[in-house]
Amino acid sequence: MAFLDGVADAASRQFPAFLSGLGITIELLAVSTAVGLALAVPIALARLSTNPLLSVPATAYAYLFRGTPLLVQIFIIYYGLPQFDVVRTSAVWPLLRDPLPCALIAFSLNMAAYTGEVVRGGILAVPAGEREAASAVGMNRALALRRVILPRAFRIALPALSNEVVLQLKATSLASTVTLIDLTGVGRRLAAKTYTAEGLYVAGAVYIVLTFAIARGFRLLEARLDGARTR
Amino acid sequence: MLDLSGFGWQLLAGAAVTLEVAFLSLAFGVALGIAGAAAKLSPLAWIRVPATLLTNLVRGVPEFLLLLIVYFSLPDILSGLLGTDVSIGPLAGGVLALSVVFGAYASETFRGGFAAVPKGQIEAARAFGMPRARIFVRIHLPQAWRYALPGISNLWQTLLKDTSLVSVLGLEEIMRKADIAAQVTKRPFDFYVAAALIYLAFVLLSGPAFAWAERRANRGLARAA
Repeated sequence: MAFLDGVADAASRQFPAFLSGLGITIELLAVSTAVGLALAVPIALARLSTNPLLSVPATAYAYLFRGTPLLVQIFIIYYGLPQFDVVRTSAVWPLLRDPLPCALIAFSLNMAAYTGEVVRGGILAVPAGEREAASAVGMNRALALRRVILPRAFRIALPALSNEVVLQLKATSLASTVTLIDLTGVGRRLAAKTYTAEGLYVAGAVYIVLTFAIARGFRLLEARLDGARTR
Repeated sequence: MLDLSGFGWQLLAGAAVTLEVAFLSLAFGVALGIAGAAAKLSPLAWIRVPATLLTNLVRGVPEFLLLLIVYFSLPDILSGLLGTDVSIGPLAGGVLALSVVFGAYASETFRGGFAAVPKGQIEAARAFGMPRARIFVRIHLPQAWRYALPGISNLWQTLLKDTSLVSVLGLEEIMRKADIAAQVTKRPFDFYVAAALIYLAFVLLSGPAFAWAERRANRGLARAA
């Protein structure tokens, strides 16, 4: 198989490049997932709020970020914002002129919009009886939220969150459009240098391994969480 | 507000190309999805196993990477097979890659749809003496379509947004037009926001269109709630 030999050859010769690309991909995934999840909880609570001052902006945020391509979002932040002098003279300019923070901001905000919906679904799926039980034992709303509703919602939403993390892994491949050399970036650079797609195949194989690893990791986490429950 | 300095028509021309890519990919993608679902439900292992493996592989790779792979390696593969030089343009490459992605996800949606068709209906059709192909076209497909539509609606919205990736190949759709205008006018923010608003409009308009399609697919059906 000359084709597989070529791919294996590209993988071994360019091993350090792929390793550093993998590092960037994992950094993008880990940071944006953590920030996105942290933002998702207040967004979900705001969307569920009966106060329109909270629910309307949160709903608009979800529609804006889920209704436009991620590529456009990255370009608006990285190429678009420097159009304004205010941005270029501000304190955050050292961050916004660098592609890595820009990609992280775009990925995190995007992740927050998608997982916000997932967390909202999880909160809605918590049985009303558990909420009532929490208030019956005298928990106030904040305590019930922290001890009962959010942990239950998290467990209910876990399979859907697993999907979102896999989608987020694939979304990070757009980092190469703002000059970052992630896994896809390494493959693209090799393709441009050698006029062959072998580097892209290597990157694809690594993504597939990562996808399966994430799915497996979440299944283990689910099993662990369920093991702690008495039946 | 946004200053498009004469590039507004260019963006609209790009929007037409975006819709062209999206509709072509939808058509091929739905066809691939139905074929993929039929293959995954096949009793023959040599059809079922490769189909399942292939769709799982496609779903494990970023759409953007798959687009690059198709665009950069397909001409070589086709040239090798046909013995002559073959080149594919960004439109063909983009539609092909997006159709394959759509088809891989849609095959799962349709598989669920086919599985949801009550067995009794198939048996009734067989009892009437319908040949297998007609059972598929008259009983299986219209019913599976009904169950699959909400999933297809979600996939369509993803597809609309993914068409922006084809701009990387140089196809002059919305994103590429916005790139060009941004470089000429030095107003990238205005043009990328304008592009975002066009995508948002397309996504928001798809909602009612699919609601209509669902009503149509479900007409004559008793509703439980």
